[in-house]
Amino acid sequence: MSKFEFPPSIRSRPVYGTLEARPGKTHLMIADAEGAEAILAVATPDLMAATHIIYIPKGTDYADKLRALKPAQFYEGPTYAASVTRIQRVLQDAQMGLQVYLAGTEGLMGQAQNEAMKAGIPHTAIQTEHRGSIARRMQCVHCKGITEDVETDPFVCSHCGLNLFVRDHYSRRLAAYQGVCIDAEDPGNVPPQKGIYE
Amino acid sequence: MSGAEKIAVRVTEVSPLNELVTRFKFEPVAGGLLPTFSGGAHTVVEMRDGDITRMNPYSLMSDPFDQTAYTISVRRDDEGRGGSLFMHKNISVGDEITISNPVNLFSLDLRAKKHLMIAGGIGITPFLAQIKQLDRAHGNWELHYSCRSEALGSYVDYLTNTHPNDVEVYYDDQKQAIDLENLLDGQPLGTHIYVCGPKGMIDWVRGKATELGWPREAIHYEEFLAPQPGKPFEVKLAVSNKVIQVGERESLLEAIERAGVDAPYLCRGGACGMCETSVIDYSGNFIHRDHWLEEDEHASGKKIMPCVSRFEGKTLVLDR
Repeated sequence: MSKFEFPPSIRSRPVYGTLEARPGKTHLMIADAEGAEAILAVATPDLMAATHIIYIPKGTDYADKLRALKPAQFYEGPTYAASVTRIQRVLQDAQMGLQVYLAGTEGLMGQAQNEAMKAGIPHTAIQTEHRGSIARRMQCVHCKGITEDVETDPFVCSHCGLNLFVRDHYSRRLAAYQGVCIDAEDPGNVPPQKGIYE
Repeated sequence: MSGAEKIAVRVTEVSPLNELVTRFKFEPVAGGLLPTFSGGAHTVVEMRDGDITRMNPYSLMSDPFDQTAYTISVRRDDEGRGGSLFMHKNISVGDEITISNPVNLFSLDLRAKKHLMIAGGIGITPFLAQIKQLDRAHGNWELHYSCRSEALGSYVDYLTNTHPNDVEVYYDDQKQAIDLENLLDGQPLGTHIYVCGPKGMIDWVRGKATELGWPREAIHYEEFLAPQPGKPFEVKLAVSNKVIQVGERESLLEAIERAGVDAPYLCRGGACGMCETSVIDYSGNFIHRDHWLEEDEHASGKKIMPCVSRFEGKTLVLDR
């Protein structure tokens, strides 16, 4: 089961859709882990002939299936950080008529969306589909450090060690949700940890 | 009062440019400075023509940072209801008239990496102000300007002299046309397109760009519709409890205003949506001319944009 229905929330919280093939000159698809399933679902030979796939497996074994789609270009990166310079380079050389498709975890989609926005694509024109882990990329509002793949609420900031409450308040610029100290008034009074959507 | 705030101005220059287009310059009667504006903005000019008050929107074409005066260019429309003819024939230097504060429904998206402008005929005017604004910010832009002939090419000399490398002019009578597909193909990522001109040109550019995968958010357009004359008709205004007659050469909105009813408006050209009015009852046919309402709304018989749309039939009752 790679699909998860996020509960309705505040307007700040990103909402994801289902990838659909759109008319375009070229297509850039960026995905991690189970995000590959969304690409497999939308792929057609015509679409793939003009598609560049950038994929980060995160320990999954979808890469061969994506390669078998015969995209115009295929790149497999070990991590997002290792792939981001390639993403930037592809966007820098791209022309109008490029369609961007993002699939997988919120952290991957948020960061790749941020690169596409910086390259001049309106964020509303970028397609997204969530698949796989429901972990979040969090920013500590106190020390500004980013903690990746947060699955519990509250959690401990990996930079400053504060106990942080997981908010739905999201920043497109940072590609992260906001984490706020939960025991500032009464240090040590921390509610028990649970899953973010439990 | 509805609409944007009003400014009393004096006409300080009337310059015929060619057979069809005349430029007007306005300076504030009270002295001081006019409000600044952004490229693409328009002002609504009030024309008192006997009993009739017409209010037509015209794009501001002067430098947005020059607050001493505004200039507009008016193309004479011999077929229209007489607004542009009135400007050409009855307005002269020294006249005092009323215009509105600038309103912008066609602004630049300053997040764009490049601004690609396409103008047809008198649609050139908003771009003149936008170009001044972009030049100051060292913006990246180019203009493709299509006109009927050299004689009718308003501001062609000015544009090609000041920006020889950024302006391309096409003359219909020399069978020159914008090669749109090749123009759009190869534009760098982050390019926004702006089109102002006749409806056919706007539809053509929007259609082609969409077909080539340009995002809707990167396609900007402005088409002012002048209200067209039509058969007179009667309207009941339910809220104000008045029955009014709409004359052949006035718009429904102007007739409502003439009856002393304050109705909301902004652009008076079917674009902004401000004057949207609910229909309570009708028996007859709507002549919808706006590009605000969706097709299904036009078909529903529940809404009308009184600035440009008309009605033919027995009964029309509006929630106004």
